[in-house]
Amino acid sequence: MKIGVLLKQVPDTESRIKINGDANGIDAGDIKWIVNPYDEFAVEQALQVKSSSGGEVVIFSLGSKRTLDAARTALAMGADRAVILDDDGFAGSDSLGVSQALAKAAQEEGIELLFAGKQAIDDDAVQVPQIVGTLLGWPVATAITSYEGDDSSVTVKREVGGGQTEVVKVSLPAVFTADKGLNSPRYASLPGIMKAKRKPVKRYTASDLGVEVGSDNAKVTTDGFHMPPPRPAGRILDGELGDQVKELVKLLRQEAKVL
Amino acid sequence: MVDILVFCEVADGAVKKSARELLGKAQQLCGGGDVVAALLGASLSGAGDNLGAWGADKVVTVEADILGTFVPGAYASALHQVVDDVKPAVVLASASVIGKDLLPRVAALSESGCANDVTDLREGGGGIEGTRPLYAGKVLANVTIEDTAFFTVRPNSFVIEDIEEKAGEVKGFDADLGTDYGYEVVEVLTSGGDAVDLAEADRIISGGRSLKSAENFEILQSAAGKIGAAVGASRAAVDAGYAPHSMQVGQTGKTVNPSLYIAAGISGAIQHLAGMRTSKVIVAVNKDADAPIFQHSTYGIVGDLFEVVPMLEAEFAALD
Repeated sequence: MKIGVLLKQVPDTESRIKINGDANGIDAGDIKWIVNPYDEFAVEQALQVKSSSGGEVVIFSLGSKRTLDAARTALAMGADRAVILDDDGFAGSDSLGVSQALAKAAQEEGIELLFAGKQAIDDDAVQVPQIVGTLLGWPVATAITSYEGDDSSVTVKREVGGGQTEVVKVSLPAVFTADKGLNSPRYASLPGIMKAKRKPVKRYTASDLGVEVGSDNAKVTTDGFHMPPPRPAGRILDGELGDQVKELVKLLRQEAKVL
Repeated sequence: MVDILVFCEVADGAVKKSARELLGKAQQLCGGGDVVAALLGASLSGAGDNLGAWGADKVVTVEADILGTFVPGAYASALHQVVDDVKPAVVLASASVIGKDLLPRVAALSESGCANDVTDLREGGGGIEGTRPLYAGKVLANVTIEDTAFFTVRPNSFVIEDIEEKAGEVKGFDADLGTDYGYEVVEVLTSGGDAVDLAEADRIISGGRSLKSAENFEILQSAAGKIGAAVGASRAAVDAGYAPHSMQVGQTGKTVNPSLYIAAGISGAIQHLAGMRTSKVIVAVNKDADAPIFQHSTYGIVGDLFEVVPMLEAEFAALD
């Protein structure tokens, strides 16, 4: 089976984020870039499916030149090859544009099963995998925490809040997005890292794919980046512990009015 | 004047309370246009009857067996057909598990754009615009959407006090739906007894690694029960095996937005703050007076959570 993984490169969670001069993006200067943490679960699941069903694992990533570093990490984990969508024609795309490009690239490569992280931790859009599935006409099961099945049908679990977990049966081809807990992503071994350098990487431009995306075609504009206002200084209570607790409950009820 | 369609989630035959916030906000934003509630389900008898009180001018119900559980393809198709019929300028839903999954699909079917998890909505130059937290809330951005604008709204973003009662006339809508979307919910498992959804909870008590064991989370559960709060955990507590990942609050867990967030024995790592920084009131309980959480809290008690939490529970129990 040809298994695809949608992968995104994002700033490390510990990064200090600085806003760029146009207030429509971040200053990439000092950022340490990593593979989106949820995408590691997606890569691992794809590798596990390959080891039982055979086939190949293809990494798809849209971004600038440095995106290749993130793709190489996945190749070092064991993925077979990468497809990079790096072109000015993709710049400024909204989620729909990114999805159109990735869906077309997956079609070009004959992908039959797709994995992605449940969200990217940079823009937290939570959109691309669902839209890719919608455009391909495939079912999409989001935020899965378990995966069992064969080449035609898969049973997954997904947490839906309120202490409830859905058990869902999905027919392939399909898209699955991975939540933490799905599996334990393997580390890249040293031989894996060496091999990854020689694994094939294909590059697509927007015109190769025949998609009209990019900022001119985006319906969603995200700008006016600003820092959240600081919280006003808090109040540390003092006195006997028992009195502090009484005081706290009184404040919560009378001052803050949340009880 | 804009017409606004609000997707209202239905659970156990009733509209979820998150719809009140959305309908109320829609009424503030519509400038005299229609606020239309959309309900999807297998059987909706009576479910939409009182939505006029929450500000709905009209209620559209779509009933089909395939809509009895959340089958995303069927829900997307049904809601897309309603959008096509009502032709609203704006479509709103809660940024819940279902809302964030569904709305991007419907926007794509409508060849329009969507923004998930906005924390504010307002009238801007080009229509209704939103505020979205990015980078786990380290940055806020303005979002504008051409054509039909789809937004999911982070729960508890708006305090809606007065809602003008509207007609709320209920009308059925016949959607053209298939019977097989390659996606079947075969079972719903209920784990634990925690019925309060963390992401939608209005009050939360969270614990960190200093709880020392899974059993000790019972102290928090017990106190939470007195004020109808949900229980959360820090990543450190989850990684230590004291709580399941479904309880994790933070950048790689759930984003929460309650009016009251009590952090017990949580130091306040960036990754945790990212998930709860928009809470209206934050209370920190920590033995370490230098813990960073105190810089972000509204009220702080420097003390041992094993002493403070039971005292809090007693005070909560005494509330009328």
